[in-house]
Amino acid sequence: MDILEKIKLAGLVGRGGACFPVAKKWSAVAQALADKAGEKKCYVVCNAAEGEPGVIKDDYILEHHADQVINGMKIAVDFLSAYAKASADKGVVKGYLFLNYGYNKKLKKKLTVLLKSSVIEIFVKPPNAGYIGGEESAILNAIEGRRVEPRLKPPFPTTAGLWGCPTLVNNVETFYNVSLVEANRYENKRFYSLTGDCPREGVYDLPESFSIEKILKATKNYPKFPFFVQCGGGAAGEVLNSRQLKRSVQGAGSITIYSITKNNYKKIIKSWLNFFMSESCGQCAPCREGTFRLGEVFLAGKTDWVLFNNLLDNLADTSVCALGCSVPVPIRSFLKNVYPQINQANESTNFTTNIQILK
Amino acid sequence: MTDKKVKIYLDGKEIICDEGATIMRVAQDNGMMLPNLCYHPDFSVKANCRICVVEVAYSADSVQPSSLRPDFGMKAPKSAQARLVTACDTKVKAGMEIKTDTTRVKRSRNLNIELIFAEHIEKCPTCIWRVNCKLLELAERYKIEICRFKDRKGKRQTYKFANAVEIDSSQCIDCRNCLEACNDLQKINYLELRGKGVAQEIVPVTEKGVFAFAKADRRKVDCIYCGQCALHCPVGAAQEQADWHLVEKALKNKSEVLVAQIAPSIRVSIGEEFGVETGRVMTGQVVAALKKLGFAYVFDVNFGADVTTIVEAEELIERLKIRERLLNHEDKKLEIRNLKFGKVTPISNLPMFTSCCPAWIKYVEFFRPDLIPNMTTARSPQMHSAGIIKTYWAEKMSAQGGSASGRKIKPKNIVVVSIMPCTAKKFESSRKELKIRGDWPIDYCLTTRELAWLIKKNKIDFKSLKAERADNPLGTASGAGAIYGATGGVMESALRTAAYLMATAQDRVCRDLGLEAKIRFGDSEIQRVEFKDVRGQEGVKTANLEMGGKKVRVAVVNGIGSIQPILDKLKDFDYIEVMACPDGCIGGGGQPIPTTAEIRKKRLAALYKIDGASKIRRAHENDEAIGALSWLKKQGKLEKTVLYTTYKKRS
Repeated sequence: MDILEKIKLAGLVGRGGACFPVAKKWSAVAQALADKAGEKKCYVVCNAAEGEPGVIKDDYILEHHADQVINGMKIAVDFLSAYAKASADKGVVKGYLFLNYGYNKKLKKKLTVLLKSSVIEIFVKPPNAGYIGGEESAILNAIEGRRVEPRLKPPFPTTAGLWGCPTLVNNVETFYNVSLVEANRYENKRFYSLTGDCPREGVYDLPESFSIEKILKATKNYPKFPFFVQCGGGAAGEVLNSRQLKRSVQGAGSITIYSITKNNYKKIIKSWLNFFMSESCGQCAPCREGTFRLGEVFLAGKTDWVLFNNLLDNLADTSVCALGCSVPVPIRSFLKNVYPQINQANESTNFTTNIQILK
Repeated sequence: MTDKKVKIYLDGKEIICDEGATIMRVAQDNGMMLPNLCYHPDFSVKANCRICVVEVAYSADSVQPSSLRPDFGMKAPKSAQARLVTACDTKVKAGMEIKTDTTRVKRSRNLNIELIFAEHIEKCPTCIWRVNCKLLELAERYKIEICRFKDRKGKRQTYKFANAVEIDSSQCIDCRNCLEACNDLQKINYLELRGKGVAQEIVPVTEKGVFAFAKADRRKVDCIYCGQCALHCPVGAAQEQADWHLVEKALKNKSEVLVAQIAPSIRVSIGEEFGVETGRVMTGQVVAALKKLGFAYVFDVNFGADVTTIVEAEELIERLKIRERLLNHEDKKLEIRNLKFGKVTPISNLPMFTSCCPAWIKYVEFFRPDLIPNMTTARSPQMHSAGIIKTYWAEKMSAQGGSASGRKIKPKNIVVVSIMPCTAKKFESSRKELKIRGDWPIDYCLTTRELAWLIKKNKIDFKSLKAERADNPLGTASGAGAIYGATGGVMESALRTAAYLMATAQDRVCRDLGLEAKIRFGDSEIQRVEFKDVRGQEGVKTANLEMGGKKVRVAVVNGIGSIQPILDKLKDFDYIEVMACPDGCIGGGGQPIPTTAEIRKKRLAALYKIDGASKIRRAHENDEAIGALSWLKKQGKLEKTVLYTTYKKRS
């Protein structure tokens, strides 16, 4: 059975956060190669940029399973080389490991040995690239030496990626899984990053079907105090209260635990808004200006909730990339799922009436 | 784009259109102007202002394509069926239902305009751009609260590039058009985008780093003042450095004689500012408007262009002859003298370059000083024209006892205002080496936009002005002068005269005027007027010509961004025209906005129409020009001062 079939059967989805079916992406690149006339170049990029707070799994995987990750990349290179060869005499596939600045410092030696005599090389993420430097098309810009920010899509990297060539961009964990699938060792598990107000922060390798509650209990992290969690993709993840933990974790597999008593709701929202504002690449108006104005509106003496809400909707509807689109996720879900609980506890502000506007 | 037609619905109206066209295009073709700021037909779509958003859904009978957009674990929004997309980069698909005015569209479009407005510090009272400001127009059209958010760029700096162009960061809306104009179109790379998010700012690369991650190595780059950044800026953050208020002041000064001179290319573009169809020739109206503004005399730089053509053609012939003599080893002395010149052609300074474009001169002086010996030493048309006004004309007038508004006309009394399609001409006007007897030939230099503004400000009904003729004796011009505003025009003009001179075996127009007895070649060659190889909108045009039995290889660089291939093979050419702006002066940095390839094409056609309809079409047939040149010839040193110039290394 060829690797694409295996991946399809295993039902692998991308672990960078978007959960896009891996087989679909791989065949899209192969198809793009087949469609292209003339000289055919193609790139495989492993996204090890990892810039969201609360997501630390790629670091862990590279530290403990670098060989598997590299192997997964090599499988992808082989897979695409075969395609390139099948469709033309000239087929060139090159790989880049797009590596977080800090991880490179730590793991350079080890990775260099693993990458020896392969077509894959390390490309260190520029230190100022930040969160947006992990977006797949922003990575391509970084490697090409352009300004680190997302490209307009379409065209997608699968058809026109690095230097206009079909390019496969997958996350560290995805390549790790590919390696497992190839060796028939994939067990439908994934890596969860647990951070925040919990005794045992860290990365855990558990079945992907586990509910949040089960994960917290299995890792002996279930809090004894009133709490809420943010899960999925770090700061962009959805916020859930302690009664909503029966579902599984989506996105990049992060769970951040917040103690209700320890944290002030204003500070939490402010920190999210600050994060989005400082990480916005500044390309499109709704995100560059919108994230800035959200903070301004929120911190004003009297918050204009209608405007606040409009700004959030506008971000979701008109941003160029997923960073802008996801700004409303944590804020809305926090106000919906967690805020009423806090409000019951202190019964002070007239905030509830304002949330009505936010739905 | 495919030829396939698809059916879509635009605000409920059924439309059949090309598959693969953008929504904006289709809307425009159907008479609906969607708002836009960052969109410019000269550039690739950036889609960063996000104000052209429309709501898109698919009718039930068509399948909705799966979205590849990552959602970061987000749940599908409530109205997954209908999405907001930017019309400028989204292509139509069969069955698309496009709505341009839903509550959701209005909310996002208006909010984005308001957000963008808050980036732009309103300096409307002193901004000449306010009469056609896209932002103000949008605010009015959609009833925007322009002060919804506090201005956030109040403390931003203004970057001035010599006396020509400026970028006011406090008005910038981060659309990045100037960046594309400078780096991709012109390939000068003088501007860069520093910082991230709200901190980002367009700055000249030479600016000392104020951001932590600014590049440490400063590239050796300088502005060439072409003004393409200004021409592509949607909100006037990049603009010419305004001189109109100085001209306004000068017009009120009764002790001076105000003289205006108009460039070849502005007559075919200025009408656009007043709603006249693109490409209409408005020479008479421009003259009338200037007279109405208070100018005592209005001269046509087409005349100056004829002078330039003659001077330049003579120089070309001289250089070609020097080379010939050198090749035949006739003149050892010359060989030695010429060895000290640039590397490229150490003997005869060929290829010769045109020098009418001040941005190109700056380019040579800064980036390629080794090519300075190859530049023609002829001054540019506006300098020839102004120089002749302040010497020949001034003397003629004072001899006649001429006066204007009761003041005697003397060189010191004359104020020459040059109306140019160009921002770099402002810089040229301030070059010290161009002074004549200690006087500036040109006192003020305005762009087409500045003139249009003055006309609007004085409530002159431009369209219905009765056409007037430019003043004599400097009012006559050949068709060759007219096409100076077009890419390849300077080349063609010079070739017309050079071909005539070579075919009649003459070196100079003035000296040997009337010596047609020497004619050795056929009539057709002597009469040749059109050189169509050098016309057109391509980036590089080349031609091999036969003139007077000799081969002359010419090239035309249309837009400084296209220059590299020519610089790489200089030895293949004898004469090269370079215009820094796309399609020449009609696409100049001081021209009306918008200027797009389509508009430039129409302006070009208008210039060739003037040429075609001219009684005389070759510069050396312009008796007035010959008269002025003959007069200058008798003035000793003055001839050299008025007609020629020098260049210096600037890097």
